Amino acid sequence: MSETVSEKFDAIVVGAGPAGNAAAYTLAKAGLAVLQIERGEYPGSKNVQGAILYSHALEAIIPDFRDSAPLERHIVEQRMWLLDESTSYTGAHFRSEEFNKPPYNRYTIIRARFDKWFSQQVRDAGALVICETTVTGLLKNEAGKVIGVRTERENGDILADVVILADGVNSLVGQRAGLRPDIAPKDAALAVKEILFLPKEVIEQRFNVSGSQGVVIEIAGSITGGMLGTAFLYTNKDSLAIGVGCILEDMKKQKMTPAELLERVKRHPAIRPLIEGGEMKEYAAHLIPEGGYNALPQLYGDGWVMVGDSAGFVNAIHREGSNLAMTTGRIAAETVIELKTAGKPFSAANLAAYKARLDDSFVMKDLKKYAEAPDMLLDNPHMLGMYPDFLARSAQTMLTVDGIDKRAKQREILARLKQKRSLWGIIGDAYKFWRAFK
Amino acid sequence: MHIVVCIKQVPDSAQIRVHPVTNTIMRQGVPAIINPFDLFALEEALRLKDKYGARVTVMSMGPAQAEEAMKKALSFGANDAILVSDKIFAGADTLATSYALAAAIRKLDETRPVDIVFTGKQTIDGDTAQVGPGLAIRLNAQLLTYVSKIRGIDAATREIVVERRAEGGVQVLASKMPCVVTMLEGSNEMRFATMPDMFRAARFDVQHWNRDAAGIEDIKQVGLKGSPTVVAKVFAPSPKAVKAEMIPGETPAAQCTALVDRLFAEHPKLAADLLKHLDSLNHSPEAAR
Ligand SMILES: Cc1cc2nc3c(=O)[nH]c(=O)nc-3n(C[C@H](O)[C@H](O)[C@H](O)COP(=O)(O)OP(=O)(O)OC[C@H]3O[C@@H](n4cnc5c(N)ncnc54)[C@H](O)[C@@H]3O)c2cc1C
Repeated sequence: MSETVSEKFDAIVVGAGPAGNAAAYTLAKAGLAVLQIERGEYPGSKNVQGAILYSHALEAIIPDFRDSAPLERHIVEQRMWLLDESTSYTGAHFRSEEFNKPPYNRYTIIRARFDKWFSQQVRDAGALVICETTVTGLLKNEAGKVIGVRTERENGDILADVVILADGVNSLVGQRAGLRPDIAPKDAALAVKEILFLPKEVIEQRFNVSGSQGVVIEIAGSITGGMLGTAFLYTNKDSLAIGVGCILEDMKKQKMTPAELLERVKRHPAIRPLIEGGEMKEYAAHLIPEGGYNALPQLYGDGWVMVGDSAGFVNAIHREGSNLAMTTGRIAAETVIELKTAGKPFSAANLAAYKARLDDSFVMKDLKKYAEAPDMLLDNPHMLGMYPDFLARSAQTMLTVDGIDKRAKQREILARLKQKRSLWGIIGDAYKFWRAFK
Repeated sequence: MHIVVCIKQVPDSAQIRVHPVTNTIMRQGVPAIINPFDLFALEEALRLKDKYGARVTVMSMGPAQAEEAMKKALSFGANDAILVSDKIFAGADTLATSYALAAAIRKLDETRPVDIVFTGKQTIDGDTAQVGPGLAIRLNAQLLTYVSKIRGIDAATREIVVERRAEGGVQVLASKMPCVVTMLEGSNEMRFATMPDMFRAARFDVQHWNRDAAGIEDIKQVGLKGSPTVVAKVFAPSPKAVKAEMIPGETPAAQCTALVDRLFAEHPKLAADLLKHLDSLNHSPEAAR
């Protein structure tokens, strides 16, 4: 059927989202022969995110990214709102001058632009990037070792020493090759998002910001109709990103379409005045793997590793995904570089070093920390409306995302909260909540 | 045989929106594509490459970003790509564009004589269909517009035979080369690039020709200076305010009848024509069977 391209690569990266780009960039910078294959028309054409970019993960890969990356606004204020179905809301706002000092900690981005920029860095670093090409399967030798990929193109079989799967939440490539199961409806959130165009001045007025300052609103509560999920509203330069996502299983049960849910959020009196007059520029729906630690598949094997959403690296509690994607992509690449430099084969035993490095990083520490949270919340959907005060006090520290693991941060918060502990009371729900989030 | 295919990178018009308040066109964030009409020209040229071993050079006048479009054309199998790009070309209308492209083609012709220049029928952003004819005049070449098919080429006599869509039928035309061919849409279907061609395109160094490289001496003829066209205003037709109306009725069938009655009452000619048509159908041999 398909003939093999004669050229062989050190590594093939499948997908050009943050995970794939981080991996391909790191590999190419180290001088490896890298081929990256993306099915979209251009990198970012199919990718969906809120989107908040956490600086630390990108900084570890491209330290001076701020000089050239298309960043929208840096976040100075975070609002956490609990919305009821249609009338009222309670919430906490944090605004801090700490967030207003460069180098900034978080930015809003528009993925289509950001991914394009990231991909240009990958090309400049020397990787061969091929778009509009779908990887349809993995090539294996008789021993079952992955030795390359198959694409839909004529003469489209390509060989490599190692394949990095960064093909996102559905990872059909991984599934077809039997490397991971299909994602379970309880482990996936279906999220929809719109970009609403508004003049810069209107945004600055409505959100009380100036220059490149921006605001993030994270939303939970009965607005999701009892389904486990959250909504968000982010400020870009001259547009707003608004979205909502709920666990697929809940959506199926309630027979609610994501579009209906988003309309409900947009109609809510707390939201409506903020988005009024916005012209819709983009509508997109996407899955988010929210199963957390307990849903992680096997992460490596003979000749392959899995990074980013394809392996389910998302911290749903903190709405972090792209930073985990970039970090896992970078660490996988570093592992590959190390083996290559040492002249060692890319066997499962050697690639286990990838998992070991991850275990040592905030990625696994954070996912482990919240391992029980997804199931607990699924069984106790009312939990998401509880303890706004705790969230309020913790937010400043916890929302400063900088690669420091959350347990260390929590020790700090706990110390602060300890004197007030009597206020909390020990009730059954709180205990459960605590267990899942401890 | 040497074929030049002129292509243009255009905003994907399917994704352009009109601002609801100002009624202006919002180009922001609209992806750029190869002008869809040009793809028919490129594919036809590639078929001549397959059939006669022709060499295909794609050429475009445009900003540096148009390199993406050139690479895409290369991935389909073009041999070479030249981007005619210079700050002074900015703001060119069809007159100035054809001047610059003709100069570049003449320059190319010096090292590798050009037999056919292909263009698409028109672009989706300008819709003028003037650049192809403009090239023919400037290059002093035969002009074949609205071509739907290349029947064949005789290398010995340097003759090309094409089918041209004309009002009421198809013309079969023979012409001497060099000639300019503007291709009609729907005449063929763009191929799916092979993996080796994707690799080649990704690594290809697209040539950038500035005004000197393109042999342009008179800068008053290019860019804004060389463009007599004035765009007075760009606007979208204002949407008509028509009130929606509910058609009452107990059953869907009753509602349909009420709707048809209303339509016929408001458009008596439509009703009459339709009835006549139905009548003729009833008396056709098929209906009789
Ligand atoms: C609505 C929404 C809001 C979010 N908000 C945030 C946020 O604010 N902050 C945050 O950090 N995270 C957020 N996330 C999560 C974040 O978007 C993801 O975690 C992140 O994009 C994962 O990156 P990735 O590279 O693993 O996968 P992706 O970004 O999905 O990239 C995978 C790539 O692989 C390509 N691909 C897939 N299959 C193939 C194939 N067979 N062959 C070739 N290419 C293929 C795809 O086209 C795609 O480009 C959000 C997600 C959603 C849906």
